Order: sequence, then structure tokens, then C-alpha cells
Amino acid sequence: MTVLRFTNEHEWISFDNGTATVGITDYAAHQLGDIVFIELPEIGKSLAKGGQAAVVESVKAASEVYSPASGTVTAINQAIADQPGQVNESPEGEGWFYKMSLSTPGELSGLMDKDAYEAYLKTLDH
Amino acid sequence: MSLPDDLKTTPLYALHQELGGKLVPFAGYAMPVNYPMGVLKEHLHTRSQAGLFDVSHMGVVSLIGQGADKALEALVPADICGLAVGRQRYTQFTNARGGMQDDLMVLRLPDRLSLVVNASCKHEDIAHLKGALEPKGIKVVAHPELALLALQGPKAAEAFAPLAPEAARLGFMSGAEIKVMGIACLVTRSGYTGEDGYEIALPAEKAEEVARALLKQPGVAPIGLGARDSLRLEAGLCLYGSDIDQTTSPVEADLVWTIGKRRREEGGFAGDGIILAQLKAGAKRKRVGIKPEGRAPARAHTIIQDGQGRVIGEITSGGFGPSVDGPVAMGYVEAAHAAPGTSVQLIVRDKPMPAKIVALPFFPHRYFK
Repeated sequence: MTVLRFTNEHEWISFDNGTATVGITDYAAHQLGDIVFIELPEIGKSLAKGGQAAVVESVKAASEVYSPASGTVTAINQAIADQPGQVNESPEGEGWFYKMSLSTPGELSGLMDKDAYEAYLKTLDH
Repeated sequence: MSLPDDLKTTPLYALHQELGGKLVPFAGYAMPVNYPMGVLKEHLHTRSQAGLFDVSHMGVVSLIGQGADKALEALVPADICGLAVGRQRYTQFTNARGGMQDDLMVLRLPDRLSLVVNASCKHEDIAHLKGALEPKGIKVVAHPELALLALQGPKAAEAFAPLAPEAARLGFMSGAEIKVMGIACLVTRSGYTGEDGYEIALPAEKAEEVARALLKQPGVAPIGLGARDSLRLEAGLCLYGSDIDQTTSPVEADLVWTIGKRRREEGGFAGDGIILAQLKAGAKRKRVGIKPEGRAPARAHTIIQDGQGRVIGEITSGGFGPSVDGPVAMGYVEAAHAAPGTSVQLIVRDKPMPAKIVALPFFPHRYFK
């Protein structure tokens, strides 16, 4: 069964059969506006929970993407590096950033589920 | 994010909200940074069709009285006395150290000079003008009762013609008081995008009516300040407070073309000693175009190094150029490194990124000829 969790910084992580996939949320993509450049982590890189994993540049500004969990990068989505606009089109689908093997799967329990994240979004903005 | 309560609004505030504009604080005003179309598409739309910009936060100022041109020349290095009626010129208020306290447009009308100054500087500019010109009997009149719209892009003239038939006769960098939908407006053929187009000063209470009529014209879309910034950056145009300021001279900023020939010989403007000496001997640093070689944008304040890792300058404006389809930047480098084609490196996120000095603009100007 897939577990989907969200961070305060608007990353999502889905976890299924030992591999996790990470991306930024629809809200984050909308806030950033047109994404024009993405720097992805290297495969094999070891990431700490909350550490910088990627950089996203929109027309307006540069933002960092933090890893929602600790582990090792096993795959990156080269398609979004080539076509950064794909993240705006499908941030929580085709526009995923990287896959990782988790070193501490228990960390996910500290993140928000979909309902909690949606409630959190309501506390932002107006 | 909610906006601070003390922000001023322009006469088009309600329209911006209706159009779904994302309003942000800018120079003390709530201004649309983009509309639902988004910065990228708004930029490309302006280059291919026409964009309508609200620039009512900027200041329109009249100088009235015999000798206003001569008196203004004490504050700016442009040839104002030689400006013909109906003609407009770009210049800067210089300071005693040869720096700039704002940049501005000056239009000569039959009965006055009409200035457009930056929003963030307008109160200081008006005080500066009053201090220098009123003792000479020149009246300095600010116009908070006016709104200012910019219509820019290759379809701007076609879109404006049905509303203002007289506007078609205006040449680039000229202006006149003409009727737009029967309303007396001050129209110039100029802008801040590198495209053909107009700036329209009009009574605040008529601004929404005219803006709505313009938006109904084929090809016209509302464009926010985000695209205005990327358009002017691709066009190689300076943003006051970023690319030019109190510490940069017009010579360093590569604005020598704006200094009148007679003014170079005679001087007679603030900072003339320093500026004219730089004209002769060359400045130590120069504003240049910078093209990062990869896809990553280099933003303002990025350090510029030579091939050996020595710091030679800093980026003052940088981002993504939608029409160039890649990163673009400008900044200052030591004069020895300012030639187009020079290789430099930019320090982005602690890593050196290769870039080249290039001639400006990044996107060719397509002004009305």
C-alpha cells in the first residue's frame, strides 16, 4: 500500500515497497509560477531529512527543495530537468523529482497526511 | 499572504483584482506582479502581440516657466535645451559624486516639460526639482491626479489606433497631448520593453474606462510587473535601484549615449567633473550583458570572477529571459573584462558557473521607425 505524506515546506513523498518518490506539491508549483530550471541531486547521493535536495528556479526566484526523509537517491526525473515546465503541469504526478531508498522509514510518521496538509494550506493565504 | 494596510493603490486596483492579478507590495503600492496567464506567457504575449501595463505608481511631473529647460540641465546630463517640441529623451538626475539619484524621461510640450520618474524616488525627485528650480521661477507640479498606462508590443499601434487615431503619427521617443476615446491624454511613443508602444497619462477617474477599452482590442492582455522586469532585462534597460544607483555613474553604466554632445563640452550638471573625467579616461568598471552558459539563472548580487577565480564584479539584474529561452543577466565588471566574448565565471550556490560577457540587448529592440 502506498503511503503519501507532505511537509510544511510543500514537498510530497510517496512510499511503496521500499522505494519513496519525492516532489513538490501543487500548491508549491502554483506559488513558484513558471519553473524554468531544476537542479536535481545526483544518483547515489545521501540525503538527510530536511537537508537540501534540489533547487527550483522560477521566472521570479530560486527556491530550495528539502528532502522529506533520510536516505539515498536511487533515480532522478531527467524529464523535468530537460522540461522544467512539466512540474507546473503535473507537480504531484509526472513532475516528480527523485526516488530514494529510505534509511529511516519511521520518519514518515512525523509528516502530514493529505487531510492534515490540506488543513495546513487553509492556515496559509488569507 | 495578506498585504500591509498602509499600501497605496492605483486607480486600476479594482480592475487588477477582477482580472485575477496577484498583488504584491512594490514601491509602496499594491501592484500586480502577474495575472493568471503567468510571467512567462505574459512576457511572450507582449513580444508577439500587445501588453497593457499599469504604471500609475510612477510619477508624472510638469516643469513650467521660461527657462525650465536650462534649469533642468543643472540636474541632468542630457541636452534638454536642444530638445524639440514633441520630442522625448531619457536621462538621469546625477549627484555631486557622479552617481545617479534616479533616471527619468523628459518630454518637451509647447508650454512645459513633462517628466516621468520612478515610483520609489518620486518624492525625493520632486523635492530635488523644487529646491533647484523654484528659486529660478520655474513651477514644479506633481500630478497625483494622473494614472499612467503602458501599451507595449508589435500589435500596440494597431490596438491603440481605433481609440486614439492621432497616436499613429507619433514617432519613437515623441509625445503629444491627444484625445483617447475623447479624453484628453498625454501620450508618448516609448516604453520599457524594447517593443513599439505607448505610455498614456490620463485622469485617474478615466483610467479604468480606457484600460477596459484597450483590453477589448484584439491581442491586448493585462501584463504584470514580473514580465515588465524580464522584458526590460532582455532589452538591456536599466532598473533604478538595481543596475544604477547613487554609486554608479552614467559612464560606468554605459549610458554615455544619453549625455548630450554640448553637455560633454560644457558640463554644468551635478557631478560633471567626475563624469566628464570618466568620459575622457574611461571608467574603472562598466555595466555589461552577461550570458550564463547553462540553463541556471544567476540572480542579482551573484559574484563575477575571472578565469583565475579573482572577483571582478557583481550581477545587478539576472533571471530567465523567456524570449531568449535561457538565463540572462547584467552587472558591472572591471573595464579590462568588459569586452563582449570575455569568459567569466559566476558563483551560483557556491559553485563556479561559466558565462560570457555579451553585447546588450539580449533581444533586439523593435521600436517604431
